[in-house]
Formats: sequence, C-alpha cells, structure tokens
Amino acid sequence: MMADLFVQFCEMLVVLGLAPLLAGYVRTLKARLVGRRGPPLLQPYRDLLRLIRKEVVLADSASWLFRAAPYIVFAATWVAAALVPTFATGLLFNYAADMIAIVALLASARFMLALAGLDVGTSFGGIGSSREMMIASLAEPAMVMVVFTLSLLAGSTQLSSIAAFMQGPGVGLRVSLAMALVALIMVAIAENARIPVDNPATHLELTMVHEAMIIEYSGRHLALIELASFVKLLLYISIIGCVFAPWGIAVAGQGLEAYLVGLAVYVVKLAVAGLLLALFETAIAKMRVFRYSDFLGSALMLGVLATLLLFVSRIA
Amino acid sequence: MTWNSTTVDAQAWIAAGERLRAGDAHLVSLWGEPGLAHMAVAESSELRLFHLPCTANRLPSIGRLHAPAIRLERAMRDLFGLDAHDAADRRPWLSHGGTYPFLPAEGESLHQIAVGPVHAGIIEPGHFRFTANGEAVVRLEQRLGYAHKGIDALMAGAGLDRAARLAGRVSGDSTVAYALAFSQAIEMASAVQVPPRAVWLRALFAELERLANHFGDIGAVCNDASFTIMHASFGFLREKVLRAAQACTGQRLMMDAVVPGGVRSDLPAEGIEGVRALIAMARSQFPRLVDVYENTASLKDRTVGTGILSESLARQFGAGGYVGRASGRSFDARRDPGYAPYDELDFQVPVVHAGDVNARVWIRIQEVEQSLSLVEQILRRLPPGATSTAVPNGSGEGSARVEAFRGDVFAWVRTGADGGVERAHLRDPSWFQWPLLEAAIEGNIVADFPLCNKSFNCSYSGHDL
Repeated sequence: MMADLFVQFCEMLVVLGLAPLLAGYVRTLKARLVGRRGPPLLQPYRDLLRLIRKEVVLADSASWLFRAAPYIVFAATWVAAALVPTFATGLLFNYAADMIAIVALLASARFMLALAGLDVGTSFGGIGSSREMMIASLAEPAMVMVVFTLSLLAGSTQLSSIAAFMQGPGVGLRVSLAMALVALIMVAIAENARIPVDNPATHLELTMVHEAMIIEYSGRHLALIELASFVKLLLYISIIGCVFAPWGIAVAGQGLEAYLVGLAVYVVKLAVAGLLLALFETAIAKMRVFRYSDFLGSALMLGVLATLLLFVSRIA
Repeated sequence: MTWNSTTVDAQAWIAAGERLRAGDAHLVSLWGEPGLAHMAVAESSELRLFHLPCTANRLPSIGRLHAPAIRLERAMRDLFGLDAHDAADRRPWLSHGGTYPFLPAEGESLHQIAVGPVHAGIIEPGHFRFTANGEAVVRLEQRLGYAHKGIDALMAGAGLDRAARLAGRVSGDSTVAYALAFSQAIEMASAVQVPPRAVWLRALFAELERLANHFGDIGAVCNDASFTIMHASFGFLREKVLRAAQACTGQRLMMDAVVPGGVRSDLPAEGIEGVRALIAMARSQFPRLVDVYENTASLKDRTVGTGILSESLARQFGAGGYVGRASGRSFDARRDPGYAPYDELDFQVPVVHAGDVNARVWIRIQEVEQSLSLVEQILRRLPPGATSTAVPNGSGEGSARVEAFRGDVFAWVRTGADGGVERAHLRDPSWFQWPLLEAAIEGNIVADFPLCNKSFNCSYSGHDL
C-alpha cells in the first residue's frame, strides 16, 4: 500500500516535471527541422516561471468562473495523467479509475475552458470555444470508441490491465488494434491543438482554436493552463505508449531496478513520439476549419469499425 | 507614353468620370491640394491629368460614378478639405476624429469580430471589422489611416534631396520603386536625361527589391497555413537578396540608392559578385521550393479556391500587380506605358484567371523567374559611363508610373522656380487593392482571412500616406 502510494506520487511528479521538457523538445526539433536554431530545451520552464511571477490582468467582465477555470483545468488534467501507467503499473489510483474516467476528466477540463472562453464575452473567446466544441463533439466519441475496442479486447477498462494484456501472448495481429491506434493518434492530434487541426505557435487570432479560448488569460492563470496543455500532450503520448508499446513498464512488486529501467524506457518512448510529432507537423499544412469534421469523422469511423470488427471476427 | 495635363471645369471632370464608369479608361489617382483637385486617368495609352479649381472647396464626386475613387475622395476631404459634395459615402477616411459608423449588415445570428489596429504579429496597424455568421464572413470592412505620416504636407516646399528621401520612405518595402517613380517624375518636370548606366542600375535595384518581397511573400503565405518550412526557406532566400542589396548599395532595403538625376553611387565590384552569387543560388534552390509548394496537398488545399477575386472587379478597380494579374488583368507598368531599360529587356508578364490565393502565389513564383532572368540580362548588358547628372532648377510638372512589387506606383510632382517641390503626390497600388480584399473574403470563412490578406499583402503605410 505504502509502496503503491509512493510509486503513484513519483509518477505524478515525473509527469509534471517532464511535460514542459517534452513541449520544449518538440519545439526545438521543429525549429531544427526548418533550419532554425530554435529556443533552448528548457524554455518552457522559464516561460512558466515568468508567467507565475507576473501579475494577473483580469477583464472587467470576468466572473469567478474565469478565475476558477485554470485551477480546475489543471487539476483535472493532472489527475487524468496520474491514472496513466507511464513507467510503472500498479498505481494506487488505478484501482479507483479507468480509461473512461480519463476521458471524462479531460472532457470536464475542456468544458471549463470553453466556458471561461465565453465568460469574458470577447469575440475571440467565443470563436475559440465554438471551434473547440466542434472538435470535441467528434473527438470525444472517437476516443470512447477506441476505449471500447481496447476494453473489449482486454476485458477491462483499466489501463494497467490493458497494458498487461497487450504485453501478453494473447494479442496477436489484429486489424481492430491498428484502426484503434490510428484513431487514437488522430484524436490526440486534435485534442492537443497540433497541426493540422490547430497551430500552437500561431500569432493569427482568427485562425486559433485553443489559443483563442485562452487569449484573455495572463500571469499564473496562463501558466496553469499552459502547464495543463503540456501535461495533456504527455498524457496522450503516454496512453499510446502504454497501450501500443507497453514494453519496459515496471510491474508492481518488482525491485528498484525495474522501476529505473521503466523510467528510462519511458523517456525513450517520449523522445521517439516527440520526434514523430515534429516530423509530422513539419510535413503538413494546417487544414481548413471546415475540414475538421472530415478529419475527426474518419477517426470516429475508424473507432466504430475497430469495435465492429471485433464482434465480426469473434463470430467467425 | 504621351500625356497631357489640362485645367478643366466641372463638366469635363464629370465627363471623365462617366468614361471611367463606362470602362473606357481606368483611374490612376485622385488627389488634391488646397483649392485644387487633381485626377490622373489612363485612357487609350495616354495619361491624362485633369486639374479642377474648386470654388468654396466643393467638387462633383467621381466616386458616385466610379467606386474605386470613393476612398481617394474621402482621403482628399480629410487632407485638403475638398468636399465631393454629392458623394454617397461622406464618412472620413484617413482622419480618425470622432466615432466612425461602420456599414451595417443585417440578418439573423450575425456577430461582429473586431481585429486590430494592433495585431499580434509584427505587422502594420489597421482595423478589420468582420460581420460573420458563425465561421462564414458576411461583410468585412477595413478602417485604415493608422500609419498616416503627412507625406503630402511634408513634400510641399521641400528641397529635392529631402523630397526624394521622403518618397523613399512612404512604404519601406517598396523604397526603390517609390524613389524611382518620384525621380522619374522630377526628371520629366525638368527635362533631364538620365545617363544610361544609371537607368540600368535602377532596374537592377528594382528587380532585387521585387525578388526580396516576392520571396518573403511566398514564404509568408505558406506560414499562414502553418507550413513553416517554406517560411524558413524563403526567409533564407530573402535574406540573401538583402545581403546582395547591401553589397550593391550599402543598405539592405536600398533606401536612397535611387536619386533624382541617377543613382547615388556606382556598383562596387563586390556588389556585382554578390548579385551573381545570389542568382546562382536562387536558380538552384527556388525550383525545389516551388516543387514542394506544388506537391504538398495539404497546402494546396488551403490556397486553391480561397479568396477568389472576380475578373470584373479587378478590371474595374484597375488592380495592379499580382492581385490584378491573378485575376486576368494583364497590366504591368514596365510594359505599358513602359520605361527604360525594360523596352530593351526580354521579359514576360504572367497572367492567370483563377483569382484565388493560389493564383496570387503562382504569379509571384513566375515573376521571381522573370526577375532572375532580368537581373542576369542587366548584369550582362550594363553600359559603362556616369551614374548621375545634375538636375537643373526650374518649374515644371511631371508624372511617372513605376512597377513596384505590389503593382504600379504613381508619382506626380510640380516643381517651383527654386527647383524645390511645390506639390507632390504618390499613390500606392494598395489604394485599388484594399477594397478588393473586402470583396474577395466575402463568403469565405473567418479562419481563411489571414491567408487571403497575406496573398494580397497590401501596404498600410503607402496607403495611409
């Protein structure tokens, strides 16, 4: 019990500590890929520190909701991240929550952010919130379908069990899994406001989605939201890693050595995923706003097909 | 090109407006000075200047007959108090005193989005008021004038040196074109023959400026579709052009390199070497980048079919540069009216008819190829000799049209007996492109505006004077 609590605690700190580094790493890679020197790797930490030190400027029309949203968003995202076995399974919280809880926590965070975007009453907040909801209305069902596929296969909605199942001999090559992986990656791209759905680096107000929602935030509020979005990117990569590349994850009860190996393997997984993300983002232009539904609609279809195929193959 | 300059009465003024409305002529510019209104009209390969004395500061409106004149008339009222009394739109334009009533848009669930004048990127100031239905733009209205510097008033009474420097600072990215237009107008007013070497060097500078801006624009359009690799690559090419320009003139943007009577200084040997190296590098890298642009489906998906400008509007407004040429208007001031040394150079004026963002990028790509070839021809045939001649004092009137990268810059001057500038007027191509942007964005989605705007890339500073 105490060991579980300790591992859980370490895991939460690792997630929080690594998330800005991952963001900085992707930024640096993207800069290098187009031939620029790019910001230093640790720049996101400095940015967060700078924002925390700055005063908060609030719009006159902002209500309590606007002030509360950053804390809720950050807390929900961090807890969601705590449920994902990153380098070790057997986390304390894992027994209480599962993948559906992760989806729900992230949806709550998004809901709060969209409300906050509307709360101030500026046109950009409204544009951002409406676009975000358009994305969410397709991304969330797609995510749920992916969860269905995985849990039907593994017989559990808990990520630890799914990871254990995926490492086991009973998996084999399945079309459903491939479809679920593609759907999950598409959802992850949309959820994390990456190119081609959104551009995290743009200065063009009219094209923003996530950045438009939070355009009125400043100081520590902005720092929390930024950190939450870093954690969210890490979370999605961790989910993909623990389900589709579950190697090296330490299992509860193993020695310290296994945990250290697990951590090292996890960092390597993040590095590979970050590189793939940077390559993908460099090779593609942002899509038109009205193409979101095509993009996420195909993610949803893949999720549905993955679930259906499971039943079909079981009958056969 | 032939030109005639006449003082006219109200009837002739209106008659010119009727010919503009009928499409027999196109408006080159409309401007004023205290008590006197001026209009330049291009009519059957002739530039006609009309001067209308205004009693009690009133004049009949041209904008009522020919829409492209509306903003020019509003600016004229703001700057000189000359009132086009029967105009439909009598709101101020460059003047920002008092509240400004935007045009209404009515319908269910419409909302307004206000952007600017201060933007998030490092660009010039301007306000855009969108009325949108969800994502679809119902109306865009621009509010400009934030970069007003009072060029007309500063020019009045300025000495020739100071006036030339001012002309080169109307719009910094087109400084060579402006200085060239102003210098040609001065040279026409004082009947000076510029030495051949200076004429050719001016063309070299102008083509380098065109290259730098087109490189920058192509990359920037791609960047607005979040395709950063093109932005970085074209930024690199643009930087190389600017360094070659520095080697040629000692200044990256080539400010004050062109002066009335010639060019300020001859080309140093390292300047020629720099330009040769630049051309060789651009020749090897540019086609590869064009291939990337052509073969990236996600990028083409953004540019093709976005922000279509109709051919009839481009023709009506006499849109110059890539805006006009992407919408079927075959006009280039280097060819018609044409000026030295382009009559001796071999180049094409690309024209396409699609009118979308992709067409405007494509015109730029083809113009880059033309400019590379022009620079090579100029370097090969650069005549020896003096690079400037003295401009004698004396009063006169002159005008010029010069092709800047955006389109034709029009310059008009009237010099005094002391050789200084009595009155001068510089008209940026953007005057006839800004209104078209409002039309091109209609029916598009809000999120595509930055892309359309960048493909027009109108000048704020040049327009706000």
